[in-house]
Amino acid sequence: MDRLKFDEHLCTTCQTSDCLVKCQFINLDRETAHREVMKIIKGGDSSVLRDCVTCYACEEYCQWGNHPFYLITERREEKGILTASRAITNQWINMCEPQGKYKVGEIKEKALSCCFIGDLRRLARGKLFEDVRSSYILGPEFFCEVVYLHFAKPSVIRERLPKVIENINQLGIEQLICMHDECYGSFTSLAPAYGIEVNFQPIHYFEYLFEKLRDLKSEIKPLNIKAAYQRPCSSRLSPDKYPFVKEIFGLIGVEMVNRKYQGENALCCGEVLRMVAGYEVANDIQRKNVEDMVQSGAEYGVFNCPYCQMALSEKVYKKGIKPIHIIDLCKMALGEE
Amino acid sequence: MEFEEIVHRCFRCGYCKFTEDYHDFNCPPYLKFGLDTYAAGGRMWLINAWLNHGIETSKHYAEILYLCNTCGNCKEHCVFTFKEDLLNIFEAAKAELVEKGLVPPAVKDYLQGILVNGNPYKEPQHKRGRWAEGTDIQPFSGQEFLFYVGDVGSYDEPGKKMAGSVGTILPKAGLSIGILGSKEKCDGNDVKALGETGLFAKLAEENIRLFKEIGVKKIITLDPHAYNAFTKEYPKLGGKFKVWHYTQVLAMLIKGKKIPLPGYKVKVTYHDPCYLGRHNAIYNDPREVLRSIPGLILVEMNRNRKNSLCCGGGGGNFMTDVSGLGKDSSSRIRAREASETGAEFLAVACPICYKMLDEAVKEEGLEEKIKVKDIAEIVNQAILR
Amino acid sequence: MRDVYNALVEIVGEEYVSFRKEELYFYARDPGLMPAHEPDYVVAPETTEEVQKIVKLANREKIPIVPMGAGMALTGLIIPLKGGIVIDMKRMRRILEVNEKARYAIVEGGTSQGALKSYLDRNYPNLRHSIPDAPPTVTIAANVVIHGQGRLTQQYGFNSDMVSGLEVVLPTGEICKIGSCSMSPSWFSKGPTLPDLSGLFLGWLGTTGIMTKVGLKLYPKKKMRDVELFVTDREDLIPEILFRLTHTEMVEDITAWFQPKPIIFQGNHHVTLYITGDTDEELEFKRKMVWDSVKEFRDNKDGGFMWILPAMKPTFLDMPQRSVTTFADVKKGGGFEYSGPIALIEKYPVLARKLVELGTKFKVAYSGMARVIGRSHAMMFGIAFTFNRADPDMMERVRKALHEGITFAFDQGGIPWKPTAEEQKMAMERMDPNTLKLMKMIKENLDPNGIMNPGNWEVN
Ligand SMILES: Cc1cc2nc3c(=O)[nH]c(=O)nc-3n(C[C@H](O)[C@H](O)[C@H](O)COP(=O)(O)OP(=O)(O)OC[C@H]3O[C@@H](n4cnc5c(N)ncnc54)[C@H](O)[C@@H]3O)c2cc1C
Ligand code: SF4
Ligand code: SF4
Ligand code: SF4
Ligand code: SF4
Repeated sequence: MDRLKFDEHLCTTCQTSDCLVKCQFINLDRETAHREVMKIIKGGDSSVLRDCVTCYACEEYCQWGNHPFYLITERREEKGILTASRAITNQWINMCEPQGKYKVGEIKEKALSCCFIGDLRRLARGKLFEDVRSSYILGPEFFCEVVYLHFAKPSVIRERLPKVIENINQLGIEQLICMHDECYGSFTSLAPAYGIEVNFQPIHYFEYLFEKLRDLKSEIKPLNIKAAYQRPCSSRLSPDKYPFVKEIFGLIGVEMVNRKYQGENALCCGEVLRMVAGYEVANDIQRKNVEDMVQSGAEYGVFNCPYCQMALSEKVYKKGIKPIHIIDLCKMALGEE
Repeated sequence: MEFEEIVHRCFRCGYCKFTEDYHDFNCPPYLKFGLDTYAAGGRMWLINAWLNHGIETSKHYAEILYLCNTCGNCKEHCVFTFKEDLLNIFEAAKAELVEKGLVPPAVKDYLQGILVNGNPYKEPQHKRGRWAEGTDIQPFSGQEFLFYVGDVGSYDEPGKKMAGSVGTILPKAGLSIGILGSKEKCDGNDVKALGETGLFAKLAEENIRLFKEIGVKKIITLDPHAYNAFTKEYPKLGGKFKVWHYTQVLAMLIKGKKIPLPGYKVKVTYHDPCYLGRHNAIYNDPREVLRSIPGLILVEMNRNRKNSLCCGGGGGNFMTDVSGLGKDSSSRIRAREASETGAEFLAVACPICYKMLDEAVKEEGLEEKIKVKDIAEIVNQAILR
Repeated sequence: MRDVYNALVEIVGEEYVSFRKEELYFYARDPGLMPAHEPDYVVAPETTEEVQKIVKLANREKIPIVPMGAGMALTGLIIPLKGGIVIDMKRMRRILEVNEKARYAIVEGGTSQGALKSYLDRNYPNLRHSIPDAPPTVTIAANVVIHGQGRLTQQYGFNSDMVSGLEVVLPTGEICKIGSCSMSPSWFSKGPTLPDLSGLFLGWLGTTGIMTKVGLKLYPKKKMRDVELFVTDREDLIPEILFRLTHTEMVEDITAWFQPKPIIFQGNHHVTLYITGDTDEELEFKRKMVWDSVKEFRDNKDGGFMWILPAMKPTFLDMPQRSVTTFADVKKGGGFEYSGPIALIEKYPVLARKLVELGTKFKVAYSGMARVIGRSHAMMFGIAFTFNRADPDMMERVRKALHEGITFAFDQGGIPWKPTAEEQKMAMERMDPNTLKLMKMIKENLDPNGIMNPGNWEVN
């Protein structure tokens, strides 16, 4: 099976150990951080293997393009360290097992990946998706598998991801617009890290939206609102796409408010962490996120991931902030819905 | 029998008897007769028994099938995936009876009337357009809209009154409409529901041919039953027309300020006809028309919209139900329910509902408290005041 | 024959009596698996007096009578094993009184669970009753007659424990009030502090009288209600998990369940638990208590809470839960039956393993569900199978599986719930002889002609 490509040498000589120093959940000084990284590499019993809450952030913190979080995940599995309980872990493994119940539209060279998230299909409507809506894939057969990082089950990824890629290839898709960060991260970060070949071109839907909005510029009515952006965990696998948020907001007349928890300092929605790290961690993250959004003076809370939206919608709404998916926000600017 | 592979799947759990929030039973024949055989689950089990020779065809079996009002409450509230086909199953079972000539005499009579006279009232064709006398409405001669009235609107007293109200207001609002008069023919909706699919096909084909011949493109119906047939069944037979129920048209005209609406202080409750509401999900237009009358207060009955209680006249029962208006008949329950809202008018949008509820109000001795009026009549009244 | 018919018509009116083939066919069976047997008549009375007259007539003519609600007990309890008159109670469905401050309702003998729920929701938004997950058509009277359980059973016991008074037509036709209502206008107690006579009717499956009115205790209804799902792959841990959850005294209903399909449920046991609150604070406090109570299992990875997506929540929060009913069509066959022995919660693991074994052995689709009764005092363990009504062979396999299941449950010290006639016999064979003797004395005295739902609780 494909093995994780991790460059030990980079860590040995690393001056910053940013991966762990910047970690928002484990408090280590540089020296200890370095020690723990080396311990993890050598297969030792690092406390990190128990304390990491699976926020994905260190994948972004490492400036050298190494894969600290993937490594933690590998080591956890090797040592039989579970994040969530066995039952929940197995539930997730079962839930996304391909059973032949996928949906495929009229596939063209360019296709939308709705992953295994029905909501994404519902989102992909209106002028923005006119040309591509009918060409889509949806179902466990096209599931990006990234979530198993949370559950410390990289073996599932190694087993299933190549088949997913094969499924996509068989449809003759050349450009795949990924409607979810996880999918995009899966094909641009995870697969390469495991040496799994991806022979179609993944496109992040932010990029797609940006292009489309530029084309439709004349139809845009600036929204003139203030919005806080909620960055998802999987966005850590493609930090280069994060700046598109501001660009997109700019095109539709939305002011992106300054928050404490944004950019590198973002906190995820916390809901998956509830399963893997406990409700205390999750509640804390969610409380911080909501308070931060309130303090930022945002009228809207803008989500990129439907699950983040499900997790936080009610909570932000109760504080007077309107939750909305970024696609719906764009549609609003085009006078749709 | 068509759909026979589904019939055994009914669990006879009775979700279908209820409104959505279980407030009360909502299947008219079940309300009236109180035995489970008269509800959808009972029908399903009897049809299954009939298919498996547990029971034979009998007068009572036919009666049970024909007492169904095709109101669609069961289809709305059954919790199983086959619910979409419930009414189709009942129709197929009735079709078997038709084939074997075993329909109840009243039903036979009804169908005979349509076959021979073109209407169940066995009235001559030339009387069809009589209701229009005294209105500005003209015979159809290529106008933009055909106003299709149907049997009940043509021959039944309350129906004629209703046709008159609609026929008065639409031309007044500047709509170019015409009627078929003596050339009009039964739309066949209820004929189909009674299982006489052959006769239905004949009627539909004749109607479609006529409509095409004389250049009909857009149709406004008085009767939600006709609306249902024209939108759901005719297209399958090649009859594709643009169809509106008159309440939809009124709503549009009012929105476009084509009908001036002076104030009218009156309290009204609205009864959703099954073929407009549950069957076609048109709940808002009639209400919008009423609400747009300044001063009119619209109050809802306990059961409304998709939980509305059928007037008891569906599935041909306005003519074929010979069991009479007992105190548990749904029209009388409905009349009491309407009166309990304190409304002065019980607004209807279907000539059959009009007939059924008007009678029920009298039967209940509620004439002093509440009057049945169709929506166009209320609008006219508002204008005339 | 004709005389009885005429007499019945005299009592309830022609429309509500039938001995036509169609009604006899329908009322000869229930949706379960017990063999059909036709009644001679079906009647649907509207008043207590009508019921009384029917009972007197039946005594005179020595014809059996079987009171029937919705017939959803599934175990053939309303099948007229010896013919006679089936009395469909559902026309007697009025809600006669709600005493808000004393939190009780008085309903007629055929009032449905659904109607009471809707009535309270509309008129007394701060009151609720212990609704079962049966279809909403099922009747309150029948549910207490069979000692049903509902949403509040974990907190307050069997639904029959919540009865606060009865009006019963005795097998000989007398109308009899039971509880505080026997001497007071108020229906607040079914027995205490008087001799508790309610036990002469609760659990007797309609063999000792016909309930025409039921007083039922109502309980506070909080503004908010939420659901949590604890999941573990070890059935052995369920009893301890339930013990800790019930210790919190913070939870409404608790059920533990497992089923092989859909695949998301495979291999796990699920504990569904509901929490309620009038404020966010109250709700979150209870949630924290719940999460903390099972911390040990979370920490050692033996179990965890599942993320219930917002789209899934209504399915769980539904009352009654429609998805329990739709289990009947899993095999596209509209059939479902379960045995529901009441047993100690410590028996959950063996019963669960037995159910899986039965599913494999008889090649039938199963679902296991245990509802906690009281603070872990006992549980109803549902041994449930779905079947295709058009497949007699599958139906026979389910019958066998159920038989083996209930026998096993008895061996494990369980007692039957809403038992079939045969399970009643099996139970009586195991009963203390003096208990049986007492049952016999009671029955013979109350029902000298043996007309009440004969074939049930028949002590020889
Ligand atoms: C999908 C499903 C889910 C279910 N879930 C639950 C649940 O969560 N909890 C639960 O408790 N049960 C449950 N049940 C079982 C059962 O449906 C209920 O207990 C229900 O309350 C039975 O009511 P019924 O009116 O259908 O009773 P019936 O089956 O009509 O009658 C049951 C017994 O009561 C007697 N009886 C009826 N009316 C009277 C009367 N007025 N006086 C004297 N005796 C009378 C009958 O003779 C019979 O012996 C479920 C059933 C199904 C199908
Ligand atoms: S993973 Fe990256 S940041 Fe961490 S120690 Fe290695 S090179 Fe440095
Ligand atoms: S994934 Fe998050 S919690 Fe885990 S080590 Fe990396 S930054 Fe820390
Ligand atoms: S039709 Fe549907 S809801 Fe009605 S009894 Fe049958 S299964 Fe139940
Ligand atoms: S269509 Fe209406 S009348 Fe017919 S069975 Fe269904 S609910 Fe009853």
